[in-house]
Amino acid sequence: MGITIKNHTRPLYITAALLLILTLSGCGRRVMPAIDHAEAGSPAYGDTIISASIGDATTLIPIVASDSASHDICGLVYNGLIRYDKDLNIIGELALNWDIEEEGRVIVFNLRRDVKWHDGLPFTAEDVKFTYEKLIDPKVRTPYSGDFLKIESLEIIDPYKIKVTYRQPFSPALSSWGMWIMPKHILENEDLNKTRFGRSPVGTGPYKFLSWKSGQRIDLVANDEYFKGRPYVDRYVYKIIPDTATMFLELQAEALDTMALTPLQYRRQTSSDFFKAAYNKFKYPSFGYAYLGYNLLNDKFKDKIVRQALNYAVNKEALIYGVLMGLGRVCTGPFVPESWAYDKQLKPSGYDPLKAKDMLAQAGWSDTDGDGVIEKDGEIFEFTILTNQGNDLRKRAVEIIQHQLGAIGIKVKIKVVEWSVFLTEFVNKKRFEAVLMGWGLSRDPDCFDIWHSSKAGKGEFNFISYKNARVDNLLVQGRHVFDQEARAEIYHEIQRILYDEQPYMFLWVADSLPVVHKRFKNVLPAPAGIGYNFIKWYVPKDQQKYQG
Amino acid sequence: MKRYIVKRLISIIPMLLGISIISFCVIHLAPGSPVDSSTTLNPKVSFEAREKLVIQYGLDKPLYVQYLSWLKKITTFDFGRSYIDGQKVINKIASRIPITLLINILSISIVLLIAIPIGVISAVREGSFCDRFLTVFVFVGFAIPGFWLALMLMSFFGITLGWLPIQGITSFDFDSLSIFGKFLDIGRHLIMPVFVSCFGSLAAMSRYMRSSMLEVLHKDYIKTARAKGLSENRVVYKHALRNALLPIITILGLSVPGLIGGSVIVESVFGIPGMGRLFFESVMGRDYPVIMAVLVIGALLTLLGNFLADISYLFADPRIRYEK
Repeated sequence: MGITIKNHTRPLYITAALLLILTLSGCGRRVMPAIDHAEAGSPAYGDTIISASIGDATTLIPIVASDSASHDICGLVYNGLIRYDKDLNIIGELALNWDIEEEGRVIVFNLRRDVKWHDGLPFTAEDVKFTYEKLIDPKVRTPYSGDFLKIESLEIIDPYKIKVTYRQPFSPALSSWGMWIMPKHILENEDLNKTRFGRSPVGTGPYKFLSWKSGQRIDLVANDEYFKGRPYVDRYVYKIIPDTATMFLELQAEALDTMALTPLQYRRQTSSDFFKAAYNKFKYPSFGYAYLGYNLLNDKFKDKIVRQALNYAVNKEALIYGVLMGLGRVCTGPFVPESWAYDKQLKPSGYDPLKAKDMLAQAGWSDTDGDGVIEKDGEIFEFTILTNQGNDLRKRAVEIIQHQLGAIGIKVKIKVVEWSVFLTEFVNKKRFEAVLMGWGLSRDPDCFDIWHSSKAGKGEFNFISYKNARVDNLLVQGRHVFDQEARAEIYHEIQRILYDEQPYMFLWVADSLPVVHKRFKNVLPAPAGIGYNFIKWYVPKDQQKYQG
Repeated sequence: MKRYIVKRLISIIPMLLGISIISFCVIHLAPGSPVDSSTTLNPKVSFEAREKLVIQYGLDKPLYVQYLSWLKKITTFDFGRSYIDGQKVINKIASRIPITLLINILSISIVLLIAIPIGVISAVREGSFCDRFLTVFVFVGFAIPGFWLALMLMSFFGITLGWLPIQGITSFDFDSLSIFGKFLDIGRHLIMPVFVSCFGSLAAMSRYMRSSMLEVLHKDYIKTARAKGLSENRVVYKHALRNALLPIITILGLSVPGLIGGSVIVESVFGIPGMGRLFFESVMGRDYPVIMAVLVIGALLTLLGNFLADISYLFADPRIRYEK
């Protein structure tokens, strides 16, 4: 080339080249011995499970944590007094059992006596009381005080017995005691907003905290003394991988043992022989639903017949096919579809655009001037559906709905807005005509905050301004009755009224699509998902991948 | 000279103050608040509980009161605590800076090592095939979206060949490695991210170099040098290159703040816990204390970088004197 590089820079180039060769060589792919993961083998201790999250945890103080990453970790480190079993029934965890007295106003918990904190000290009623006091302490930044402020008093009867008295009967209370309990002896003199404990927690759960490298990974190790028996899998590693495409590449490299797939990945990108040999795919309904909510203060949506007509005009099956690639189900109400609260008898009303047209005509909306858009008193039927940015599924759903409503003469506009703006400027101020959103569902069916007419204030959850005296009544009753069958009756009726009145157009419940590496055995899907028996998952000795 | 330096340093203060006021207003005016992201529309979090959080963070006070209390703390270098996890902001930043700094210093050095020769060759052989080829090459690097290139590299080197780790900065068994092993391990993890961030920045630097070199090559003193009968190498490297490098100093000065400002895309795709991700996450979570700290530190470094560039001219270019 006739150009020579200045002499003193040459060594640099050579060093760089050497470094490159050095690092590239000797690091060929770690070839796994060909192990047949099909063998069930027998339960054995050992191995590590590597899971991933797009976001880092924020704090491991259970009553402060509000993001899903922190919850994932807290769920393994701590226990609540109760938990939900695989069929979504409440069972004891730190509480052996409980008695409900004075028609539900009082709950007496008998606590387990064989539970120890990870530092070896015994768990007692003092810890429960301490956690409760922190939950209602106005100086602690907890978002979960709501359910606990309804408590009139909490007394320790003996070290393993506590009596909780509510101002009035409150059946979701039992569920609220799934709240993770914190150790009093460590946190007694700490400021929960500042303590180091949030990054080095001590709990009673199946896994003990080991280390946390910010933005990289969190390591947990099996608790030998766990009161329900030591978990089989030795280590739990939680990697933070902010990019979902990268996460999927890591899965393909077998550097991850479990992750949640998108519908596209589930259907199209995980059918190779390699994938089938290495991973098990699961599919079950998730705890959440998508809906189209109408602003009921808007004149167009005040008429129930109009809302029912819209429900006939949208083909939910097609929506689920187009948006979720068929990986979801039509829902008819605001409860977990596999739970006792959900009325499985209630069938979706089906897709019938002609009927929708007729009903709209009944309500006075018809195309009188032949322009393809229906009108009433000279005003055309036109509205905007608002949804949040960053969720492609919702955006696609809105487009399909726009097309389907267009077919019966309704003009739909679409507006997609950034999440914070969406909430503060539109939803909280009720400045919208219709919104496409989703609700996550808790295991307890109580949905007072979403449907009760008293919760329609600025920034509250009944932002569609729904008001129905019967539903108000039932919601209050649902909070007072403890018997599951009697409660089921109440929630079934709420579901039937809501489906008839259509304040929301209920769209779908998407499927959860987790994959788990094939060497993990005893992964048994149930209505509660797959995580409920995590401590019973095991890897047979000859299939274990990681040592100590 | 001294007077000039002192004057320049003092003038940084009002500028910094102005920048902080504007930043503070802008981030508070943006819709949303730290309480939003994690708690709104979580049916388990009641409305009252959210209102309580607003008061706890002092977000109910007028904006100027919030600013003044922030400013008061900042004068003692107290950046406060993150709204998201309650950690000290300064610790959060300190834990994220080293890796970003390492990647940026590596990429800037590599970019300089490659871009300067490219620029020189292109200028010396202006219009030749070599010049055109290099131009196309650097612009391809400029035009390829970083995240796409990253994913392609990961898929090829990480999965097809299995040579390099896909993401992160350390391997699963990092803690059990020897010191040399750890060094190698981090090195292997950095190859792809550094490559991606270099490839995209070659264009700018090499084009600057090329045009600056071209300009110099047409100067009279180069003609003189040639007329003296100096060898071409001596003309190009001794006489032209030295003068052509001067504008690069300014660009280097401007890249000082970039040293701690990581690339959000590279860091997210490669799962690197650096400053870019910290800033992105804090903006998404409206974590005001962290956003402000990153902005103020960035502004300070920009001003200092400019200052340093000006000062280094003194040493690099004898024609420039700030005295009098």
